[in-house]
Amino acid sequence: MSTETLEKKKRESLFSKRRKKFIVDPLNDQNPITVQVLGICSALAVTTQMKPSLTMAISVLVVMIFSNLVISVLRQLIPTRVRIIVQLAVIATLVTLVSEVLKAYQYDMYKQLSVFVGLIITNCIVMGRLEAFALGNKPWDSILDALGNGLGYGWIILAVAFFREILGSGKLFDFPVFEAIGIHNFPTNGLMVTPVGAFFVLGLLIWVMRTRSGYVER
Amino acid sequence: MIDLINLGVKSIFIDNMVFAYFLGMCSFLAVSKKVSTAIGLGLAVTFVLTITVPVDWFLLEYVLKEGALTWISPQFAVIDLSYLSFIMFIAVIAAMVQLVEMTIEKFFPALYGSLGIFLPLIAVNCAILGASLFMAQREYTFTEGVVYGFSSGLGFLLAIVALAAIREKLKYSNVPDGLKGLGITMLLTGLMGIAFMSFMGISL
Repeated sequence: MSTETLEKKKRESLFSKRRKKFIVDPLNDQNPITVQVLGICSALAVTTQMKPSLTMAISVLVVMIFSNLVISVLRQLIPTRVRIIVQLAVIATLVTLVSEVLKAYQYDMYKQLSVFVGLIITNCIVMGRLEAFALGNKPWDSILDALGNGLGYGWIILAVAFFREILGSGKLFDFPVFEAIGIHNFPTNGLMVTPVGAFFVLGLLIWVMRTRSGYVER
Repeated sequence: MIDLINLGVKSIFIDNMVFAYFLGMCSFLAVSKKVSTAIGLGLAVTFVLTITVPVDWFLLEYVLKEGALTWISPQFAVIDLSYLSFIMFIAVIAAMVQLVEMTIEKFFPALYGSLGIFLPLIAVNCAILGASLFMAQREYTFTEGVVYGFSSGLGFLLAIVALAAIREKLKYSNVPDGLKGLGITMLLTGLMGIAFMSFMGISL
């Protein structure tokens, strides 16, 4: 019996170096939006203002963490052939929960986000991380991976929303920034509020991030 | 009749899935490298949309809406199952995509090969689920649902083929390293979006 205890692997600490990578990498070098090209749809649609973007980022984070956890726990039991359906069922359940919670406590926000809450189901980030990570890794690692990717997604959409709201309507979180610092009639750019502005802001953001990290798409 | 035509034109050009609502962006960006593949994907999306929107309409009208179950028994009039709509819609979509996939694999193996991984991914294409959710939110009638599904699909087809054509030409131009791939595609889509904004002037 003693040999067994000797051979027993030393328990890895909850936040070892390897695990920290799961959180830090998606924030920059492996960012789900700018590098992995996942979850663009919702990244653009909700980002006219900071507030809905924040709500969206939190909702996606919650859905990701729990779906990664569930799929990772069930990973030995799911037959490969039906895995897509299983994943969709898990994600759809979680999204329904999130949407009901929003409806109950943040009704205005729920109205403003309209179909885009439901569209978290088809947000490729959630599904992509389930396929690429949760199906082959232990629950705790999967939670960390979800946390990292959710935060990576969150900061990008908040960055896009920051530029769109401040340039498009001169506000941040509905607070008139320019008037507060004494610049009246700041020329707002209507293009930023339209979908087109979102494409440009995200395109330029991708350019900056990729130039900094040196990532080149073939 | 004229209403339906208006709705069709509106969903192809003015409320274009890609340029106005950013739906289906993932496959829009990933499969737009070659025109032929883009046409294949566009047609597949149009097909799936034309089927799923009406099917989801039936589901909504006869199962999910408040009081929709009265056709079984009047005492179900108080039941409101609309919170189940996400799961039901996505189930219908996944099943339909599976059918389309099997059909294409059997009859058009070349197309199946070139669509590759993206065919099952139509299931998670936001355009498909988005169309069903919009249909539910805007309370379309059955015929409106059919027209809406079909013309949104056409709008997506138009957008993805146009982008693919531009990207084919783009191969010969010298793009800065950091902008290659996704970055320049986003900017291109933005420029195309400006072109599509001109349709907003049409009052229907």
